[in-house]
Amino acid sequence: MTTKPRSVIIRDAISIGIAVGAYAISFGALGTTSGLTVLQTQLLSLLLFSGASQFAVVSIVGAGGNPASAWASSALLGMRNGLYGLRLAPLLGASGWRKPFAAHLTIDESTAMALANDDPADSSHRGARTGFWATGLSVFVFWNTATLLGAVAGSHISDPRVFGLDAAIPAGFAALVAPRLTTSLTRGLALVCAVVAVAVTPSVRPGVPVLIAALIALTTAMKFGEPIPPTTEDVSS
Amino acid sequence: MTANWAAVLGSCAIAYAIKLSGHLVPHRVLQRPLVRASAALFPVALLSALMAMQTLTTKGAIEVDARIPAMAAAALALRARWPFIAVVAVAAVVAAGVRALGWMS
Repeated sequence: MTTKPRSVIIRDAISIGIAVGAYAISFGALGTTSGLTVLQTQLLSLLLFSGASQFAVVSIVGAGGNPASAWASSALLGMRNGLYGLRLAPLLGASGWRKPFAAHLTIDESTAMALANDDPADSSHRGARTGFWATGLSVFVFWNTATLLGAVAGSHISDPRVFGLDAAIPAGFAALVAPRLTTSLTRGLALVCAVVAVAVTPSVRPGVPVLIAALIALTTAMKFGEPIPPTTEDVSS
Repeated sequence: MTANWAAVLGSCAIAYAIKLSGHLVPHRVLQRPLVRASAALFPVALLSALMAMQTLTTKGAIEVDARIPAMAAAALALRARWPFIAVVAVAAVVAAGVRALGWMS
């Protein structure tokens, strides 16, 4: 494999940023209609910057969950970013001030583009580096701009139910999980977690159903080892 | 309000710590099979649980309302490989429509 021209990688990165940024509009709107301020919603996009975790925090806050259950859900969803960093660190060779920035931009899309454009024969990994930084920065800019638009629009809506926004939240989760349901193991796990979470909701504190789902996932991981590699291919294709 | 600030800022700090750890921690810690398998399966489990709860429960009680037809529409949109924003929009439109027509709450 030869490295794609830099301009082609950058163009791809910009299209990914626009496509991914579009759904930050819905994130922004859901943030402010769930009871967060525009500033709090924006800070999640600026500082947390990982879609699934952000949607989880917003939905737990909206359901009246306590901060600890938001932290736990967000952290468990974000664990994969830690593994991405592990894979990326030797390719990026970032040192000094670049390292903390590289860590912040370590998300599904930037990782997928780095790995997709890495030429193993090139010891300086120029393709991977261009793919990572261009995609990370592009998604960051579009994601945050769209969040602001959505958050401001959402703050002008008095009853989110009239606009069906309460149905937009689970639809967003469905769209986030769908690309991961590639094996019978993941489909079975999804079904069990969905049923159990709803069944226990009336009898436990907010946030606990999600932790029970996490325990089910952990048990599955212990029993079946490594079923699938961390998924990054869904965005890069 | 303080609780919301705690939820937001705490989640941000933890998420960044996780990201940074991947770039700093020695390989062997994060490359244990259990850690890798958990990282792949947690999103599936948590997102499915959150999806089901947001569809079928309100403030800790099970409630069947316009979100059900909305999610059916979203499932069809996903099957047809519509983009994220279109899936979310179709769910909102169906829920709003069903309510406007007075078919479901």
